[in-house]
Amino acid sequence: MCGVCGCSSGTVTVTKMDIGLENKEQGGDSHTYSHDDHHRDHSHHHSHDHEHGHSHHHHDHDHEHGHDHGPGHSHTHMHRASESVELEAAILGKNDKLAAENRGWLKAKNILALNLVSSPGSGKTTLLERTLTDLKDKIPMAVIEGDQETLNDAERIRATGTACVQVNTGTGCHLEADMVQKGMEQLDPQENSLLLIENVGNLVCPALFDLGERAKVAILSVTEGADKPAKYPHMIAASDILVINKIDLLPYVTFDVDAAIQAARDINPDIKVFQVSATSGEGLDVWYDWLLAEIGVSGTTQAAE
Amino acid sequence: MHELGITRNIVSIVAERAAGRQVTKVVVEIGKLSAIMPDAVAFCFDVCAKGTPLEGATLEIVEVMADATCRDCGEQFHLATLLEPCPKCGSKSLDRKGGDDLIIKQFEFLEETNEDAIEQTREAS
Repeated sequence: MCGVCGCSSGTVTVTKMDIGLENKEQGGDSHTYSHDDHHRDHSHHHSHDHEHGHSHHHHDHDHEHGHDHGPGHSHTHMHRASESVELEAAILGKNDKLAAENRGWLKAKNILALNLVSSPGSGKTTLLERTLTDLKDKIPMAVIEGDQETLNDAERIRATGTACVQVNTGTGCHLEADMVQKGMEQLDPQENSLLLIENVGNLVCPALFDLGERAKVAILSVTEGADKPAKYPHMIAASDILVINKIDLLPYVTFDVDAAIQAARDINPDIKVFQVSATSGEGLDVWYDWLLAEIGVSGTTQAAE
Repeated sequence: MHELGITRNIVSIVAERAAGRQVTKVVVEIGKLSAIMPDAVAFCFDVCAKGTPLEGATLEIVEVMADATCRDCGEQFHLATLLEPCPKCGSKSLDRKGGDDLIIKQFEFLEETNEDAIEQTREAS
């Protein structure tokens, strides 16, 4: 099980697609649970965890009155009163605070930080390599690479001559603001530059964790399903940019570009879309112009064919 | 998917505020659009609470809907998912507000007082 965020912790709701009213019961009644009720009534949600699903039952609350005393023993009676404290504490407050620090620091230096999120294999690293190579003479750039393991991506970035930090999250499935802060301390990116943060390939958890970036960029490749935005709506809702990658492969796949864009806009009507191929270079000039304009560097680039 | 980490945060924030006192109940607010599954948080809660002042505490989860305004017809309504269209005109072009919060609203704890000490105080006065 993932030690940071609980990925693959076995909390799965299975919904049978047959039309049948009894299926509506499954997993839908999630309004208010006490944890004990939860364990009794919802064990069907945890089919991987049968052996310890009931191993942490709770004890009664009268801990202090279970002892016997002989005559003449003096003892202390404890009286307990229940008190309530109102608290408006953001559960992710610690991450949000660090992200705000990152954002302030980046803004002061006019660094455009983008948080690249996608499934594994969408071409994030290839898009980075190409961008770093093509914009090398236009703006300073730096990269924070997030992966569970290996330095492979950092090696690929380093080969382009760009400063890069690899964050290995171990079992973690997303980057958090403190990791990016540490990465930035090591990179020390210069003013008026571009900081590209490649998140762990995962369309779920990274949606929740603000890193201090100016925008999340979701990357979807045409070898995936065009309905992916609808399948992972939280990531699309959290992203300002959608890059549709590998468009050079469109003649060979059944991907419907318009349907994919519509699916994304159904969730996020304002999402900005770029259609590119990081290998053929198609569409990259528009992507580069946008990057440069965001940093305030003028001049149209010519993407190499 | 990330509920274990979320639940750890709940436990550590409350444990810090409780300052060693035994917590009996925690109330958290989970927005419907927060990408957090309430029952997964409930599942993680007693595991995370074990060995902390929250051990044995009840977790109450309040789910909160998002407010939405339709960009096409102006209809205002509540949302529970990101995929719902406007109930009036069917448009999916919506402005959403709220519904994504993760907040610890309240906790209850036991305040221990020594009755013998109280009686002694009474006798003395």
